[in-house]
Amino acid sequence: HFRLAAFCALLLLLFFCTGGKCEIQSSNPASPSANPPVVKPFDHEPQPFPEEEKANLPVFTMDYPRIQVPFEFTLWVLLASFAKIGFHVSHKITIWIPESCLLISIGLIVGAIMHSVKEEPPAVLSSNVFFLYMLPPIVLENGYFMPTRPFFENIGTVVWYAVVGTLWNSIGIGLSLFAICQIEAFGVQDINLQENLLFASIISAVDPVAALNVFEDIGVNEQLYIVIFGEGLFNDAVTVVLYNMFSFVADMPVVESTDVFLGVARFFVVGIGGVLFGFLFGFVAAFTTRFTYNVRQIEPLFVFMYSYLAYLVAELFAISSIMAIVMCAITMKYYVEENVSQRSCTTIRHVVKMLATISETLIFFFLGVVTITTEHEWNWAYILFTLLFAFVWRGLGILVLTQIVNPFRTIQFNYKDQFGLAYGGLRGAICFALVFTLPDNINRKNLFVTASVAIIIFTVFIQGISIRPILEYINIRRTNKDLNTINVEVHSRLMEHVVCGIEDLCGQWSHYYWKDKFKKFNDRVLRRILIRDSRAESSIVALYKKLELQNAMELLDTPMGDISAAPSIVSLHDEKLAASRPKKKFLAADVKKMHDILSKNMYQIRQKTIAFTSKHNLPNNSQAQEILIRRHQSIRRSIRPGSFRDPVVHKSQKYYSLQPGGNLESAFTLRRRSHGDGKVANRDSPRSSSRSLVPLSRLGTLRESDPRQQPGAPGVDTVDERGLGSLKGSSLRGRKAPLPAPRKPARPPPLPPPRGWVPDNQDSQEEGTGRPLIRHSSQGSRGSWRP
Amino acid sequence: MGSRASTLLREEEIEEIKKETGFSHSQITRLYSRFTSLDKGENGTLSREDFQRIPELAINPLGDRIINAFFPEGEDQVNFRGFMRTLAHFRPIEDNEKNKDPTASEPLNSRTNKLLFAFRLYDLDRDDKISRDELLQVLRMMVGVNISDEQLGSIADRTIQEADQNGDNSISFNEFIKVLEKVDVEQKMSIRFLH
Repeated sequence: HFRLAAFCALLLLLFFCTGGKCEIQSSNPASPSANPPVVKPFDHEPQPFPEEEKANLPVFTMDYPRIQVPFEFTLWVLLASFAKIGFHVSHKITIWIPESCLLISIGLIVGAIMHSVKEEPPAVLSSNVFFLYMLPPIVLENGYFMPTRPFFENIGTVVWYAVVGTLWNSIGIGLSLFAICQIEAFGVQDINLQENLLFASIISAVDPVAALNVFEDIGVNEQLYIVIFGEGLFNDAVTVVLYNMFSFVADMPVVESTDVFLGVARFFVVGIGGVLFGFLFGFVAAFTTRFTYNVRQIEPLFVFMYSYLAYLVAELFAISSIMAIVMCAITMKYYVEENVSQRSCTTIRHVVKMLATISETLIFFFLGVVTITTEHEWNWAYILFTLLFAFVWRGLGILVLTQIVNPFRTIQFNYKDQFGLAYGGLRGAICFALVFTLPDNINRKNLFVTASVAIIIFTVFIQGISIRPILEYINIRRTNKDLNTINVEVHSRLMEHVVCGIEDLCGQWSHYYWKDKFKKFNDRVLRRILIRDSRAESSIVALYKKLELQNAMELLDTPMGDISAAPSIVSLHDEKLAASRPKKKFLAADVKKMHDILSKNMYQIRQKTIAFTSKHNLPNNSQAQEILIRRHQSIRRSIRPGSFRDPVVHKSQKYYSLQPGGNLESAFTLRRRSHGDGKVANRDSPRSSSRSLVPLSRLGTLRESDPRQQPGAPGVDTVDERGLGSLKGSSLRGRKAPLPAPRKPARPPPLPPPRGWVPDNQDSQEEGTGRPLIRHSSQGSRGSWRP
Repeated sequence: MGSRASTLLREEEIEEIKKETGFSHSQITRLYSRFTSLDKGENGTLSREDFQRIPELAINPLGDRIINAFFPEGEDQVNFRGFMRTLAHFRPIEDNEKNKDPTASEPLNSRTNKLLFAFRLYDLDRDDKISRDELLQVLRMMVGVNISDEQLGSIADRTIQEADQNGDNSISFNEFIKVLEKVDVEQKMSIRFLH
């Protein structure tokens, strides 16, 4: 009965709308409408009431014109939204028929109704309204939620397909259509080349909304998704340029080569200009949010205002506004989300999505409506050939372009991917809006409109509906994202670390080079300027940034968050039953918790340094320090010859970790007693625990009496020092500890002779129980580390 | 092997390495210069200290294991051939290689061999099984300090449980392959070597 209710609401609104429309008609002096108006006493009269005869005080009045515009707008939005609710009542519908189809269908129905009562729909798809109001929210949402990492990794491919692909399509379709026009039988001889090219450039604009929904639903591999996504966004630059160029040229009788050259130059201005504007506004927005900590309520406003501003300013200069707003969103998002409060962040995301959904819904809806109510000119030949050529040229284009670009890609597109790309090239609303902006002096404008509508409807309906079964049938490469085995997560991370290590080993700067370069720049310059407080703000974030091992240990003690308080896992497992472990049942909740734990705590892949011989041998990174500190033991051990062959490692002691519930003091005494070596660390004074930072940070003293004065200290050691330096000051959390510069050589220094280390270890255990890092606690005050 | 001259790479060697590993000529020469720059002792082989000297490896949580993978059983020095042989595992798989004659031995960068490389990172004692302890060691390396041993133990148990099919409480190589069958190993374990 929900459906019934929805349908009733729908009908109600419909009548309300048409009723409202009738009122407009009747008040419109131009149309001699005979529609029975609803009660409307005053609308003809702008004068105030005193003109009326002496009547009684009106108890009930209506003043429709005053609220007309916002009222109708609201009703239309509600209508479209009800339609959307209606679709999602049954999930099955949206699997098979993409939402855009459904919306267009409803729009068609409403349009038919309106047409039959001879009314005009609101001019939503007029050029101005569409490009200034309806399009920006959609593009903003695309830019804001763009998966940046895959995008930038594939940016070459994306730009390639967007630019060259669109060019290819436009010119191909244009030329073919022109050839067709030459054939007399079809009756379209009056369309000249420029007009054909113009039309072709309009319909080459791919609008992948429906395709993306399908891709997401069946989980195609990331590469495909991002290429279609990016292509849909970026071919705007090309389309705008082509459109302007061709429409300019359509007026001219002769095309000269300088015009073509200017066109190319214009393309660069448009594209790059858009990107630059986007960056500019993005940075300004980020900078603004740095100061909004006292006015949290208006924080979301800045995101919207700045991005809209970027769009409008780009439109002002007739450069690619879509690229401007996308770049603005991408730039802004990263910094703004660090500066604003959590609630503002949520608000921003929600509002962005909401606006985009409304816009999209309205657009498709009106597409259906306007289809019925505009004038059409139908020419079988032209339209059918348009469809054919659009299809053929896109397929060819993808094929050829992929052949060229594949050698440059690590993951190449196979034929199935290419098919997905080609078939997913649906046309949408941009095409439609553009065709309306065609100048009226083109005498076959109606034909173009009809052809555009035809192609949109064809692609959205036929291709949109069939793409899903086809893709599933050909078994396109799926994404790995949702493989929910712990194995995959762990092993994948292992592989990533390995590849990272091997790349470092080869001294190779792969395509991560620019990414790292940018990251460095980002960390050093941009973040300082744009982010209010480079330190981690909330305690949860501090937890994960754990610069000081000490803090991390303390946090394990306190019941905090979901790290230490993982009762279900801990309670399931009893440490004592080492050998005979009964096969445990792991509940789904436990597995989810494991996934959470792993994803939050596994080390990220290291961000690479630029050059092997840079001044800063290691990136200033808490994770790096932590890994290094923990690995310190094994590094030292491994340098001892023959040590590495020993596979037997004491089970839980190789890498230091604190048992939950224990504190450091007890841990110290425990360990010390078990080793029982007398040489060092007898002075387990309370001092060691009071200056609790110190013991943990006391690494790398080769021997107690050796003043470490090696300026040529290797990377390993000097990081220890740095690790010390930053560990010491708890106030240094989040701040990058300055490197002790004089101690850093300019080139990679040689490792100090291992022999220097060996005597230190020889006294002690060979069995390699990971000696606690706190061994040299006594050296706290002495020695070479400087604050 | 004292003088530098004796360690220059000869054409025949390059050809042999090319055949064995599939690297191109320029890749091999480039990697050779890298090899020599790492080889501080200038004796034509690398030792573990030479690898340790690479700072980025020092902060790689699996640095030890990676280094260890270069050294064959029981040896402490690796020459250029061995170096390249290990690196060959990371060459991207090209389509045209799949059409080579099936009687030739499997190339070093096949999917199986890549998986074997990863497998051997766990399986230090080379018994062709990843035991719970071996798994725990690697997990401990990869995971931050906030995880208690119990939690890690449970994760390890779950990992084995998911993969283990013959009930021996450890992961054999075939089980390893099976559990990663949907993962795009060819891409994950590939590096685009520069020319």
